[in-house]
Amino acid sequence: MSDVKKIATRESYGNALAECGKDFPNLVVLDADLAGATKTGTFQKAFPDRFFDCGIAECNMTGIAAGLAAAGKIPFISSFAMFAAGRNFEQVRNSIGYPKLNVKIGATHAGITVGEDGASHQCLEDIALMRVIPGMTVIVPSDDVEAKAAVRAALEHVGPVYMRFSRAASPVINDNPEYHFELGKGICLKDGKDLAIIATGVEVSHALDAAELLKQDGIEARVINIHTIKPLDEDIIIKAAKETGKLFTVEEHNILGGLGAAVAEVTGEKCPVEVHRFGMRDQFGESGPAGELLAKYKLDGKGIYQQIKEAL
Amino acid sequence: MNKKELEKKANEIRQSIVTAVHAAKSGHPGGSLSAADMFTYLYFEEMNIDPKKPDDPDRDRFVLSKGHTAPGLYSTLAARGYFPASDLEKLRHTDFYLQGHPDMKHTPGVDMSSGSLGQGLSAGVGMALAAKIDGKSYRTYVLCGDGEIQEGQIWEAMMFAGAKKLDNLVVIIDNNGLQIDGKVEDVCSPYPIDKKAEAFNFHVININGHDFDEIASAFKEAKETKGMPTAIIMHTIKGKGVSFMEDKVGWHGKAPNDEEYATAMEELKKAGEAI
Repeated sequence: MSDVKKIATRESYGNALAECGKDFPNLVVLDADLAGATKTGTFQKAFPDRFFDCGIAECNMTGIAAGLAAAGKIPFISSFAMFAAGRNFEQVRNSIGYPKLNVKIGATHAGITVGEDGASHQCLEDIALMRVIPGMTVIVPSDDVEAKAAVRAALEHVGPVYMRFSRAASPVINDNPEYHFELGKGICLKDGKDLAIIATGVEVSHALDAAELLKQDGIEARVINIHTIKPLDEDIIIKAAKETGKLFTVEEHNILGGLGAAVAEVTGEKCPVEVHRFGMRDQFGESGPAGELLAKYKLDGKGIYQQIKEAL
Repeated sequence: MNKKELEKKANEIRQSIVTAVHAAKSGHPGGSLSAADMFTYLYFEEMNIDPKKPDDPDRDRFVLSKGHTAPGLYSTLAARGYFPASDLEKLRHTDFYLQGHPDMKHTPGVDMSSGSLGQGLSAGVGMALAAKIDGKSYRTYVLCGDGEIQEGQIWEAMMFAGAKKLDNLVVIIDNNGLQIDGKVEDVCSPYPIDKKAEAFNFHVININGHDFDEIASAFKEAKETKGMPTAIIMHTIKGKGVSFMEDKVGWHGKAPNDEEYATAMEELKKAGEAI
């Protein structure tokens, strides 16, 4: 896929913030000494008076955002997912979630595609932590186009939103005129009757690759992009369960508590079928180039294909 | 209000605190009573607020960072006319809006939900920052406990407020000297509080938190202080006004029984008449 354009969703995030600055005069952006990495620096350049570096103090940044929102601002706070959701969990829960404050959390460097920095920085638990907070919207964009649309949608939505972005560049897959982002609505990217692959974030493009490999074996796989983990598009999942009978979820997150768990919860209650969860299997990551790690943990196209073949 | 009127009002608020906690059969009287004079001064003298317009965007803000002393805040809000005083007797009851810790979504006059110690000051800093961004003149007041400042997030917030020169922010620390496990100096001493706040680029004022003259002059000084936030360290007595609760660690989070309630009310009423 060397001819495909690749952009990291964290780049898209920074660009989207800068683009939205004009349309949303109440938008303010906070970072915790990672503006260069989270790409909020792009917004800082465009709107220096509406950017605040809180230093290396994520919990305080979260509380400041709560106060700003209580006073009518729309703050976006940014850090690595490990800190934005992990270190900050209780601040997000009590200072933002409980009072339903209009704070957006832009978490970058999520999952194992963080790569070389290793397990301490590869947050594999953030989807689980954020989706159990009542009223929290959880979005994991799959590419540049979706990330930009999602940032705008998050700003238009009143209430707390957690957004998960990746460090590594990923293929642009939604660059077409039919693409439309709607909060809470999954997107069927490829129809198929034999099984359905339900993926989120950077794993969506790998799911498409896996579907191509399956096709060569005569297996027609449906591919569904779940960009909003919460509220979850139950209809698209139940329809896939009914029509294909076999679901495979893919995420660069612990299989406990993430997309796979959310899908299994819905099907378990409403349409019990086999749900195979692919992701990190209750383990920590490790250092290595993102591509090599995805291959090692069977989360690239080939790996997903192999895991599906083993399960069939 | 003159000093006598403020003292009278604070006495009424103390009676409400004891009544509310007794009716709830749980809650935190000690730290509510130590801060009762401060609550009174803030809501009856200092803050630019209107109970008829609790969401006025230009109002002064108050964050009760030591959220467990909600009975003190609620009693003051009721006395100021935000909601009926009779509601205080349903504090902490199921299907009622007066939660054990402040809930901004359901209680008129509560500017920030709080209760998890260490978090309220950051929210207050955010409000002060919003005023600076918008060029508004409203001020933000945050009340912290002396045990609460053991939380690291407090010092993250202090560092930010000092660094960003938020002179529209006043942090009040209720130095009653006690926390759940004992004396603050024995559990994990936060002293010297004033020197710490100074080191974080705050203008620091030490006062007797039960003397309305000292409270008044501290707020005047805070308003005149430009280019840095102010920390008022108020030295108080936990449980102030109820003899058997005063300076007793056991009354941090315990409701009086019927007999204790009667004694407390008798004492407070007597003290009120003597003002």
